[in-house]
Amino acid sequence: MTYLAKPKFRHPELPRNALGFTRRDYEGSVSTLCAGCGHDSISAAIIQACYELALPPHRIAKLSGIGCSSKTPTYFLGSSHGFNSVHGRMPSVLTGANMANRDLIYLGVSGDGDSASIGLGQFAHAIRRAVNMTYIVENNGVYGLTKGQFSATSDKGSKSKKGVVNSDEPIDMIGMALQLGATYVGRSFSGDKAQLVPLIKGALLHPGAAFIDCVSPCVAFNNHEGSTKSFDYVRAHNEAVNFLDVITPRAEITTDYAPGEMVDVRQHDGSIIRLKKVAEDYDPTDRIKVMNFLQEQQAKGEVVTGLLFVDPEPQDLHGALATVTAPLNELGDGDLCPGAAEIDKINAGLR
Amino acid sequence: MKPTDISVPDYFHKVVDCQWACPAHTPVPEYIRLIAARRFGDAYMINWKSNVFPGVLGRTCDRPCEPACRRGRVEKEPVAICRLKRVAADYKGDIRDRLPQPAPQKNGKRVALIGAGPASLTVARDLLPLGYHVTIYEQDPFAGGMIRTQIPKFRLPEEVIDEEVGYILGLEPELRLGKKIDSLKSVLDEGYDAVFVGCGAPRGRDLDIPGRKAAAAHIHVGIDWLSSVSFGHVTSIGKRVIVLGGGNTAMDCCRSARRLGGESVQVVVRSGFEEMKASPWEKEDAMHEGIPIHNFLVPKSVQHDGGKLKAMVFEKVKPEYDAKGRRNLVPTGEPDVVLECDDVLVAVGQENAFPWIERDLGIAFDKWDMPVVDPVTLQSSRPDVLFGGDAAFGPKNIIWAVAHGHDAAVSIDKLCNGEDTRLRPAPDFSLISQKMGIHEWSYDNQISNDLRFKVPLRDTKEALSSIKLEVELGFDDKLAYEEAERCLNCDVQTVFTTNLCIECDACVDICPMDCITFTPDGEEAELRERLMAPAKNLTQDLYVADGLKTGRLMVKDEDVCLHCGLCAERCPTGAWDMRKSLIEMTHAGPQCRA
Repeated sequence: MTYLAKPKFRHPELPRNALGFTRRDYEGSVSTLCAGCGHDSISAAIIQACYELALPPHRIAKLSGIGCSSKTPTYFLGSSHGFNSVHGRMPSVLTGANMANRDLIYLGVSGDGDSASIGLGQFAHAIRRAVNMTYIVENNGVYGLTKGQFSATSDKGSKSKKGVVNSDEPIDMIGMALQLGATYVGRSFSGDKAQLVPLIKGALLHPGAAFIDCVSPCVAFNNHEGSTKSFDYVRAHNEAVNFLDVITPRAEITTDYAPGEMVDVRQHDGSIIRLKKVAEDYDPTDRIKVMNFLQEQQAKGEVVTGLLFVDPEPQDLHGALATVTAPLNELGDGDLCPGAAEIDKINAGLR
Repeated sequence: MKPTDISVPDYFHKVVDCQWACPAHTPVPEYIRLIAARRFGDAYMINWKSNVFPGVLGRTCDRPCEPACRRGRVEKEPVAICRLKRVAADYKGDIRDRLPQPAPQKNGKRVALIGAGPASLTVARDLLPLGYHVTIYEQDPFAGGMIRTQIPKFRLPEEVIDEEVGYILGLEPELRLGKKIDSLKSVLDEGYDAVFVGCGAPRGRDLDIPGRKAAAAHIHVGIDWLSSVSFGHVTSIGKRVIVLGGGNTAMDCCRSARRLGGESVQVVVRSGFEEMKASPWEKEDAMHEGIPIHNFLVPKSVQHDGGKLKAMVFEKVKPEYDAKGRRNLVPTGEPDVVLECDDVLVAVGQENAFPWIERDLGIAFDKWDMPVVDPVTLQSSRPDVLFGGDAAFGPKNIIWAVAHGHDAAVSIDKLCNGEDTRLRPAPDFSLISQKMGIHEWSYDNQISNDLRFKVPLRDTKEALSSIKLEVELGFDDKLAYEEAERCLNCDVQTVFTTNLCIECDACVDICPMDCITFTPDGEEAELRERLMAPAKNLTQDLYVADGLKTGRLMVKDEDVCLHCGLCAERCPTGAWDMRKSLIEMTHAGPQCRA
């Protein structure tokens, strides 16, 4: 970490987005995580994604639980809404906030401890309820704040820094998310921003439950020989199924690819997720096939990355509950109180 | 791209823009840090070693370092390097015990220096401690040259000149003052091992327009007039004064005139305001004293009444550019401008002139009748005759004269030791880690957001009351500290060790200026475009390292690096380290020889 604030000076030619902001305007305070932490790269990717999408910072709500990962919302989007909740309880708080104000963009930031151990139930229910959110798990496979114990996502057979071999089966959060009906599922690596930034952009635009499992090496406790979450291991076993490009409704489509190489997934809001296929015959819209493919690759020890699954016509919790279309804070007395005559009618119906 | 070889001193030297731009290559950030640490004596000695006249230059330097200063590329204005130098001189205390002593034993070699200005005095300072017998010839009765004769005392007090010239005279050269040399042959006949010509550019250009000769009594050549003022021969001037010319001499003339009785002093320049040769701050200082500057006026004639000056007539012109982009001044056709005046000062340029050098001594002269001088060794075509300062390549400035003096002294020392003068010594170069703890460095790496501080000035009315009262009061130690903190410590280099890097991107993410990129190899022109921020300043080399596990390159654009050290603080493996590069020019002496 560093004690100094990042200097205010910026590159004189730093570009500005449609709102007139530079990327620096989406930063938060300087990180207090260990030097080299993968989480800081994910923060930088979130900053870049929000900058590129020209999202107004005050329309974003970032929520987190407890842990190294859950500290990171302080280090990005300094002008956005934030809520640092109880350990593992971010999904509930996020669901509540989303119910109250559906107009904000919800970004849940969690870690493998926060979501796969203490918050596993919370994670599962937020996904199955299809809350419109981007849920990022910064997955380092280790309890960093308590100095390096295995977490629930550590692979069986992987070694701790002290040489202990993990005997427990890992929780497969991607598998769970797919099973529980997430409509946008991706995996990436903190050391590959070229893949991670568009993946986050796609998730932020996705009008349903978007889940990203981001492998994020813990430089202090899980970046050694024998770890399956180290920079070297992930780089050696990274199997990208596709590369994506997110095209907002306003942007012009300029890139040209030979037919067959590209798949365009048009989303509900008009944005297009353009996938450059790497793995042949990989169809990211077929949930069953995707699940089978992932299980096969996982058995081989490969880390499959990219946009793994997307449903172009997702439904979210508000749709299912047929809630009012306006955020609750915009409802006036007239909307909330139907009047005596209307109440008499309701009461009569109950007699 | 080829990986950068950082063991070549020039690579990191170029990153220290101010030092690279300084003709004498003074280690600027090093002395600025010492000023911030209140070690004024140490800061002074670094300057003294490198530029010989810190107190003089801290008031009068042309400051090539300041336009080069990186701060000017990330913020509005550069660090006030020049005025910080003055702070070192003002607060240094007594440093005499740190100066070299006259050589206890002479080495038997004799060197003559013609002119006692900054170039010659630098040669003397470099050679005297080595045991050379140095003889200085000077036409004026004092040593100092243009420092003493041409710079007004309200910019540079006499005591400062006496002190710093005195340090050199304390090394006991043989002085032959007050006698003009009219034959180089007579000097050479005395059998010197080398002769250095540092006599400046002593001839002020004159006007050739109708009426000039008839009204000569009140039309003066600028540098001669300044010199007369300096020696007290001239103590007054008419109420209405016109100064012709747009250089620093013109600025000195008009400000001097304002102090000697000139109530309405006006500067008239042929060219536009922006193209004037005077430094921006000197123009500012003149205007601050109520002196208007009129541009695009060409002198046409002098109006006089039987030899008594009445007025000057000017033709109005405008600039026109031809196909090659060259500027021509063409008449606008508007009526002439007539300015009434009592005195005119002509400061339209200076020239070298060598009527006293016989043309049969083996010294080649070019078609402009100037000696042919090697820009590196400063030797003429006769190896034992060297030129430096304004005498070598026409009017430049004090800091160039000092740089020439150092180079000429190296040539003379090599020459007298039978060595090839073209083999120049490499600078002394060291690169030392500044790490003190996990996030502690031996320099202040927190970036100050302050804008440039202004040097306090004396009240204008009081300042104009005397030709000798110094206008600038200089920074006090508090202001000096705050201004010093604006320095970005560009000499504390970001040094990358490839085999320690795990490519975690921490440095890329933290860098406030987007300097660092990990990227596949490519041609430089194309690579420069696809960095985190395009590297458009082609005068700054890219720092390239190869050998990373992913096969990518680490490319750092040095252009706007703040040297804040955050890349090194965020690096988990110490692949980035902050190391201070100290680059000092090698001067004459055993260290400059093979």
